[in-house]
Amino acid sequence: MSRHTLSVLVENKPGVLTRVSALFARRAFNIHSLAVGPTEHPDISRITVVVDVESNPLEQVTKQLNKLVNVLKIVELAPNTSVQRELLLVKVKADDASRTAVLQVVELFRAHVVDVSPEAVTIEATGGEDKLKALLAALEPHGIREIVQSGAVAIGRGGRSMTDRALERIARSA
Amino acid sequence: MAHVPHPTPPRSQPAKPALAAATPSAAPAVVGEVMTGAASVVRSLESVGADVIFGIPGGAILPVYDPLFDSSIRHVLVRHEQGAGHAAAGYAAATGRVGVCMATSGPGATNLVTPIADAHMDSVPMVAITGQVGASMIGTDAFQEADIVGITMPITKHSFLVTDPSEIPARIAEAFHIASTGRPGPVLVDIAKSAMQAETSFSWPPAELDIPGYHPITKPHIKQIKEAARLLATARRPVLYVGGGVIRANASAELIELTNLSGAAVVTTLMARGALPDSHPQNVGMPGMHGTVPAVAALQKADLVVALGARFDDRVTGRLDSFAPGATIVHADIDPAEISKNRFADVPIVGDLKDVLADLTVELAQEQTQHGKPDLEGWWHTIDELRTTYPLGWSPTEDGLLAPQYVISRLGEISGPETIFAAGVGQHQMWAAQFIRYEHPRTWLNSGGLGTMGYAVPAAMGAKVGAPDKTVWAVDGDGCFQMTNQELATCALDDIPIKVAIINNSSLGMVRQWQTLFYDQRYSNTDLNTGHETARIPDFVKLAEAYGCVGLRCDNAKDVDATIRKAQEIDDRPVVVDFVVSRDAMVWPMVPSGVSNDDIQYAQGIGPAFDRDE
Repeated sequence: MSRHTLSVLVENKPGVLTRVSALFARRAFNIHSLAVGPTEHPDISRITVVVDVESNPLEQVTKQLNKLVNVLKIVELAPNTSVQRELLLVKVKADDASRTAVLQVVELFRAHVVDVSPEAVTIEATGGEDKLKALLAALEPHGIREIVQSGAVAIGRGGRSMTDRALERIARSA
Repeated sequence: MAHVPHPTPPRSQPAKPALAAATPSAAPAVVGEVMTGAASVVRSLESVGADVIFGIPGGAILPVYDPLFDSSIRHVLVRHEQGAGHAAAGYAAATGRVGVCMATSGPGATNLVTPIADAHMDSVPMVAITGQVGASMIGTDAFQEADIVGITMPITKHSFLVTDPSEIPARIAEAFHIASTGRPGPVLVDIAKSAMQAETSFSWPPAELDIPGYHPITKPHIKQIKEAARLLATARRPVLYVGGGVIRANASAELIELTNLSGAAVVTTLMARGALPDSHPQNVGMPGMHGTVPAVAALQKADLVVALGARFDDRVTGRLDSFAPGATIVHADIDPAEISKNRFADVPIVGDLKDVLADLTVELAQEQTQHGKPDLEGWWHTIDELRTTYPLGWSPTEDGLLAPQYVISRLGEISGPETIFAAGVGQHQMWAAQFIRYEHPRTWLNSGGLGTMGYAVPAAMGAKVGAPDKTVWAVDGDGCFQMTNQELATCALDDIPIKVAIINNSSLGMVRQWQTLFYDQRYSNTDLNTGHETARIPDFVKLAEAYGCVGLRCDNAKDVDATIRKAQEIDDRPVVVDFVVSRDAMVWPMVPSGVSNDDIQYAQGIGPAFDRDE
């Protein structure tokens, strides 16, 4: 098994996320994380999906996704030619005795405190999977109260735009 | 009845669907005519070229049935929505045009689920129109509400929920376009009742089809074609493995040309019976679990398998890792996802088979002018020996009852190759695939992928509506027949004179066969009591008569021909023949589930002596 990141451009229409995620379930493909959001084009949404598969089933995933009428384009983003980020919000116990130590960890990881209360702080961090894991490990001794984490989003390095190329194709065929 | 043909998929299709492709020239352009959404549904269906709808009304679809009352479209009022779905599929399979079925929301729509799944597995072009509760009620668990778009997502090629009446023409045009192009399949259009009742303006053709992500690839890549041609020119043991895609692509003529030029052996799968005439000397029959020994063995011994619109289904391959072990695989299909799904394709070809076969024939001819015709004498010697040693056949029954295989082969002989046969699922289906000789595409309709019992009667009904001048026989089992026979009422009242041959072995025959072979003859829940010396509930002859059909019974060999001929002569109403056959007859040859095709049994306990090292 190996981990692959797919960027999927889809039509911004109701039910599209269901079609995509149901396809993964139906074909017994394992989703590691999934993130969906708008793009610079109002009619297009972008899904970043991280899957654990062998390379041959990955080809099947891509082909099956391409069969969905609402899917416009699929690109696999390799780690060395793309930037991948996840967002983490974590609530950590921090009273007068421990707050300084917690804030040092925040500083070290270039994270931010986004909420403070007498007994806890909420920290926001972005980064790759490894950085966030390391941050959580460093915060662990202080007492983690709650974690919420987004799926990975990813974008190719360099000047080219995936959306442009998808739009060009649509325009060409119009 | 006037047939407005649906447009055939354009061979080399622009990625953006040209509206003309979804609009027969017969439909005049209309701009901004004010009408209800319901009228817009009917006008859209008329304009897209639908000539028949199989359906049944109910609350949420009721508004559409009012303008439909005055429409040029023929509506066939079925007795159960499942019948509507299979009838639409039978119509589509027999004619190549898009079949249309219609149902109301909730239970009406969920009753379509089985035929939609069936059409999806067998790539049948079909559009299902369902009523949905009013837009403001969606999601409230309203009366007769079901999320049919959600339910059918995994079993449709695509689906739409329409709540805005102005979208109706575009969504219906898109549905027909998607259903009939690329790899055909079922498309669902779920329309909220509020959209049907609202006033809207109807324009045709719709301004623009909004399916930017839909681009079926039809033109095959020449490099791959050349490579396939080179392999075909040099193979010593080539087999063309022909699937239902050849029939869906209307590519039989092209297949015959390639067959003749290549000299290869040809096997036609359950879905492809009739794609190449059975009388063609290179046709070695059906492969798979109940295929002929020569067809199964040819694939096992082949050095080249050219798969054409076939999908390496488990019923064909047996144990996948020992299927055609020595063969290089060329795999041509219009659906890229089929290629290398089950078996790795050495040469993948994505394209419309009509183009693929035509291009391949041209390239092969060129190869052969350079290198000469391949010497296939040894290959044909091997195959012919298998044909002589292991022909299809059956052993006489021991209980004095009819041999089902005899009945079915006589039916094929007497009714002839112009007949359309529709089968249910089970033993009778396999015998009908084996013992009827098919000479034309679209004369054999069955539920191959999903294996839907109950397919035969409604599919035959749909086929007869689509091809009224043809004799249409449903070859059905006593189990299957009892699942959907209510459509006999539709046939009797709507002047759809189909003929039904019930191969009545008084049991769920295929399950019983497995119980005989693999469950120590413990016949758990397979006895249906419809046959000889049973309670005979129901009595199929009386049932037929109750439905306004002619009911006939035949229980001995000397009456078979006369009974079939009598049925052939009746053309003013449906005929049901109860052929009372032996329940002990089994389907042979057989490759038991999950074992290698090398272990095919010619008859119980008899395995052909292959030289497996060859």
